[in-house]
Amino acid sequence: MDAISGDLNAPHSMGTTIIGVTYDGGVVLGADSRTSTGMYVANRASDKITQLTDNVYICRSGSAADSQIVSDYVRYYLHQHTIQLGQPATVKVAANLVRLIAYNNKNMLQTGLIVGGWDKYEGGKIYGIPLGGTILELPFTIGGSGSSYLYGFFDQVWKEGMTQDEAEKLVVKAVSLAIARDGASGGVVRTVTINKDGATRKFYPGESLPLWHEELEAKDSLLDILSAASPEPMVS
Amino acid sequence: MLSKLADSTPAMPGLMLASAAGSDSQRTLYPYVTGTSVVGIKYKDGILLAADMGGSYGSTLRYKTVERMKPVGKHSIIGASGELSDFQEIMRYLDELILNDNMWDDGNSLGPKEVLNYLTRVMYNRRNKFNPLWNSLVLGGIKNGKKYLGTVSMIGVHYEDNHVATGFGNHLARPILRDEWHDDMTFEEGVKLLEKCMRVLLYRDRSAVNKLQFHSETLINVNDKLLLLSTAFEWLSKMPKFYTHKQIAKITEEGVTISQPYSLKTFWGFSAFQNPTVGAEGSW
Repeated sequence: MDAISGDLNAPHSMGTTIIGVTYDGGVVLGADSRTSTGMYVANRASDKITQLTDNVYICRSGSAADSQIVSDYVRYYLHQHTIQLGQPATVKVAANLVRLIAYNNKNMLQTGLIVGGWDKYEGGKIYGIPLGGTILELPFTIGGSGSSYLYGFFDQVWKEGMTQDEAEKLVVKAVSLAIARDGASGGVVRTVTINKDGATRKFYPGESLPLWHEELEAKDSLLDILSAASPEPMVS
Repeated sequence: MLSKLADSTPAMPGLMLASAAGSDSQRTLYPYVTGTSVVGIKYKDGILLAADMGGSYGSTLRYKTVERMKPVGKHSIIGASGELSDFQEIMRYLDELILNDNMWDDGNSLGPKEVLNYLTRVMYNRRNKFNPLWNSLVLGGIKNGKKYLGTVSMIGVHYEDNHVATGFGNHLARPILRDEWHDDMTFEEGVKLLEKCMRVLLYRDRSAVNKLQFHSETLINVNDKLLLLSTAFEWLSKMPKFYTHKQIAKITEEGVTISQPYSLKTFWGFSAFQNPTVGAEGSW
């Protein structure tokens, strides 16, 4: 018989939205840019997509400190590994190094990670490493507190073998939707696209994102609205 | 030959600076990404295991194509419920165990009973250190024509039987199996019985996901030779092909086949489901 299942303490509030998707030829990683301490936004333009090697990047969510230290260790080990190997590390090796640290320190770490990259053997690959240190190679994955709002969205729109443009648009749309509803996600949308030609960073400020339900076009001032309209009293 | 007591020591010593730096040794944790029930039975030609392919994250059905059953060595299959990262670690321990076994190159190989015994020692010793591997495992296999099916829990409780289950399966599947299992079931009967169990679990287990995998260990008679066929096989409708000589030979030459995940139909057509609160408005 099984023992008591214990305190199933799984989804902790992890202020972020992070996404990784594969497309035909590479991967696209995306994230929001909000770092919060409690209710205060400590950094409104953080970069949650961190470089591990030229061809492998990692999306970080959860504790900023924990995710940073894990990335730093993995970057250090991968650097040595690359020297020894004589060629770029594979995404699988990078992801497994992350898993090793995440799994063996599971009691102390509070970070969910997405490793994505491109290597010449397997092409574009995405690995999800949630709390606990499970490693799963997936065609796409989402993480962070904002991801709760995206499961239905991805269930509907995901398809295999997208083009790079389709994949980037999908990621930007998804992060933007999550930002709209998750208080712990916000700021700008950052993406990194990795393929055989290398890694490209992109940046999408708020105004460039589509408007969702109950959101209004941003204006400089009320005065602009008033002067644009005919001289009538304001009606509610 | 005995691999060292499998505790939380990582595969690459020195890599895990955090845990080596004398910080508080790991204590009882809680599971994060979990798999639900595994059900297994003995049948005429061998062992059948079934599990869904879900990886839950608390109440979220987060991952829906997780393989929770894997072959082990030449003779066995393992199925796991509970924390997925711990199952992945157990698979690493087993890979090392099987590798060392093969390196002896003595013609002998670990059978299912031996593998489960190893796992029992691992699970129990971890429990004693208050740092359990949060899994319930089912181990099935055949060696020297003898069928074996056993289970071990996260605290080291282990036993063998003709039918076993983990998690919710203990409460929902085992009563069905107690009633309907009998010796020398055919393959078709076995699959139908397991599907009955899996359907009930799908109805009544919140963490169940409608995507199943079956694994089987079978003894096949090919040209009068008893061969062990370790397969994860396809849907029942394809089974008639399985038993023709030609097909078997083909399968054994190809080796292990990857199972095709499939979903079960569910029934909602009871008249009582139509208007359940008629005559008792407000009830449910």
